[in-house]
Amino acid sequence: MMIINALGIVLIAGIVWWFWLYKPAQTSAKPGELLVTVENGVYQPARLTLPADQATSVKFLRKEASPCAGTVVFADLNISEELPLDREISIQLPALKPGRYSFTCQMQMYRGELIVSE
Amino acid sequence: MENTSSVHPDHCDDNSTQELMIEGAGCASCVGKIEGALKSVAGVSDAQMNFAERLVSVTGSAPIEVLIKAVEQAGYNAKGTSGISEDDLIDEKETADLAYYKRLMREMTIALVLGVPLMAYSLVVGEMSVTSPTEQGVWFIVGLLTAGVMYFSGKHFYVGAWKSFWNHSANMDTLIALGTGTAWLYSMVVVFVPSVVPDMARHVYFEATAMIIGLINLGLALELKARGRTSLAIKRLIGLQAKTARVIRDGEEVDISIDQVLLGDQVRIRPGEKIPVDGLVIDGHSAVDESMLTGEPMPVEKQEGDEIVAGTLNKTGSIIFKATRVGKDTALAQIINMVKRAQNSKPPIGRLADVISAYFVPVVMIISVVSALVWLNFGPEPAVAFAIVSATTVLIIACPCALGLATPMSVMVGVGKAAEAGVLIRNGEALQTTSKISAMILDKTGTITLGSPKVTNIHLVNADDEARVLQLAASLEAGSEHPLAMSIVESAKERGLDSSPVEKFKAIAGYGVEGLVEAQLLLFGNEKFMRERNIDIEHSVSIAQKFASEAQTPMYFAVDGSLAAIIAVADPIKEDSIAAIQRLQHNGIRVVMLTGDNRATAKAVADKVGINEFFAEVLPEDKSNKVAELQMQGEIVGMTGDGINDAPALALANVGFAIGTGTDVAIESADVTLMRGSLHGLADAIAVSKATLRNIKQNLFGAFIYNVAGIPFAAGVLYPFFGLLLSPVIAGAAMAFSSVTVVTNANRLRLFKAQEH
Repeated sequence: MMIINALGIVLIAGIVWWFWLYKPAQTSAKPGELLVTVENGVYQPARLTLPADQATSVKFLRKEASPCAGTVVFADLNISEELPLDREISIQLPALKPGRYSFTCQMQMYRGELIVSE
Repeated sequence: MENTSSVHPDHCDDNSTQELMIEGAGCASCVGKIEGALKSVAGVSDAQMNFAERLVSVTGSAPIEVLIKAVEQAGYNAKGTSGISEDDLIDEKETADLAYYKRLMREMTIALVLGVPLMAYSLVVGEMSVTSPTEQGVWFIVGLLTAGVMYFSGKHFYVGAWKSFWNHSANMDTLIALGTGTAWLYSMVVVFVPSVVPDMARHVYFEATAMIIGLINLGLALELKARGRTSLAIKRLIGLQAKTARVIRDGEEVDISIDQVLLGDQVRIRPGEKIPVDGLVIDGHSAVDESMLTGEPMPVEKQEGDEIVAGTLNKTGSIIFKATRVGKDTALAQIINMVKRAQNSKPPIGRLADVISAYFVPVVMIISVVSALVWLNFGPEPAVAFAIVSATTVLIIACPCALGLATPMSVMVGVGKAAEAGVLIRNGEALQTTSKISAMILDKTGTITLGSPKVTNIHLVNADDEARVLQLAASLEAGSEHPLAMSIVESAKERGLDSSPVEKFKAIAGYGVEGLVEAQLLLFGNEKFMRERNIDIEHSVSIAQKFASEAQTPMYFAVDGSLAAIIAVADPIKEDSIAAIQRLQHNGIRVVMLTGDNRATAKAVADKVGINEFFAEVLPEDKSNKVAELQMQGEIVGMTGDGINDAPALALANVGFAIGTGTDVAIESADVTLMRGSLHGLADAIAVSKATLRNIKQNLFGAFIYNVAGIPFAAGVLYPFFGLLLSPVIAGAAMAFSSVTVVTNANRLRLFKAQEH
């Protein structure tokens, strides 16, 4: 029983680390060249690095029919855009101050992040 | 799995062809100039223009932005033709949704064909146990069939869960995949190596796996159908757009797609046709039904010089108009855009749900593990079976979707419903604040009244020719844009009086105007202005007061230092202002009137419309101070104005309402735009926002309670007291229908009707 309990605690620690504490790799590309694919419940890539103080655009391509994938919301920027199936949509982002800005589906299940740095 | 970016090329292939539509090309000689400009762009191998259609076809690798710039530098305007219309997007979406719905129903059927008989069998025999090698064989086959169901009907859950996992995120797929996967894996362990689990715990749960997958697919399909209904309002707006327009080019009438209508094109509209783009009538007259945009039921007469807007319906006559706004610039396109943006925005009330949603799934996973450990440590035998059932049920019952959907679905329906009533709400925040308004400031002119004052009385003092007085006053006011000044000019025109030139014209805000006409010094303004300039008005004040008490605005007119006349102007009160103000007051809103007029006139108007509180003689720049004054008293203040000189007050108010007449509205100027002039729009806006907020609260409450009560129940907290433990199948059904319930409740808002006017 001790072993099972220990395994359970390790599992809980693993969940906390994997979903909340782990900092995954970021992706950077030249402004205007980023394409985020929405498929199988995730944004791919999900973490984008952008330069600060520079307006830019990010393209989204939704390949998944689920209606959950149908809208992307940048809550901090007051931007939300409908994503038609299999059609690239370019979203204009204003010049941003350094910081992290999340983007999600309406229900917060698909999650991504803009990492804006100097 | 790598979290890599994809680079999308923003230039075209070497031999790709792009089409541009050209504006401003009025003669055939422009063709060579435009083609030349395009051919000189690096990467362009050819450019051919079809002058009749104003289309140019460009071959090469240059990006479209560069091509447009080259045309602009040559002195023309251009736009790409590759855009897809809103109508086509809606069709595409409906086709995709229908295909997805059919897929979900097919997957549901496959899963339930296996799940239902298994479920029925388990109800007959009780726990489905593995006690003999024969049973092992039978259950092995059932296990394989269940794996088939997992593949054919539930693959999207597992792939989604897997991808999310590697992306360090977790969603509903994660919960379903873990729940059904755990039940199936445990069952297969029991089938293959029953000896590793105690005798009493040798049960299989294949029916749970198949039923959960089937029920959740059914829930998703029903949710998809219900979601379709939430966007009916925007579909209706998009449906207002005409598909073709009959333009007159080179003397001939041709039917073209509305995408190809250019600025300045002459468009013919026959009776019964929709107006395709915005424009100015240049020939003919007709009655136009604008109710679809403004909610105003009476058709509006249109004649030469009047504006008409896309999406409205020409009723009686045939007219020709000049296109002044096309494509994305038409009022209808802007309205659609604004409604779509507002529908996708969230009011602050939804933020807590968003925060919870972001942490929800991992927390449920942790609760599931804790629940299993508690059962294993403290539960009765067979503890392993109890642990598996409770862990699975916790994963399955938790529904982050109901939480996530609660706010956006209601906003979608509420904002759409408001748009149908001619009320454009900028975003979710404006929607929420509108529902809390406790005081409403109404600007008198143009809001309570029609905003088109007329001269009602001319009382001569030291003058004997009324026409001469009016002619001089109109000459002085000709340069002023004040509505009262315009009424004087209009009145003189009606009497056929010609105005003379004015010199040294000066407007003193809040007082009046002065200037020289025919070498006479003229002063025109209020009592304060006359006193300041030492004009003797003592014997005439009572006359002015009498006019004011009759809701007319008296203005003093002095010629060369002597009072010549008092001219009274009245602005008729809108037909339904009184009823609309009563509606606001019945809803507990403190209604306050604000005007630059004198106190007596203001009181007379306020009395007529049933307003007890008013601010009179307010200078334009002081309007925002009055808003602040009410805010200091703790009121949530709505400010309504025509948007012209109210901008600071509209901005300072908790909610700024711009009131439009017809569709001539500044859509970007306020939190809420009322497309018709009636004040009923205010009461409608408040009613619909209150109904939406109530709906959101119901949804959020339901979703919170469902999860807060459901998860502990699934974990088995009631078992020690009542011996109750939830079946994973029931949890699956509850989860599937919780989000359907949220969307269905949001759809109830579609039945909302503003109070009868």
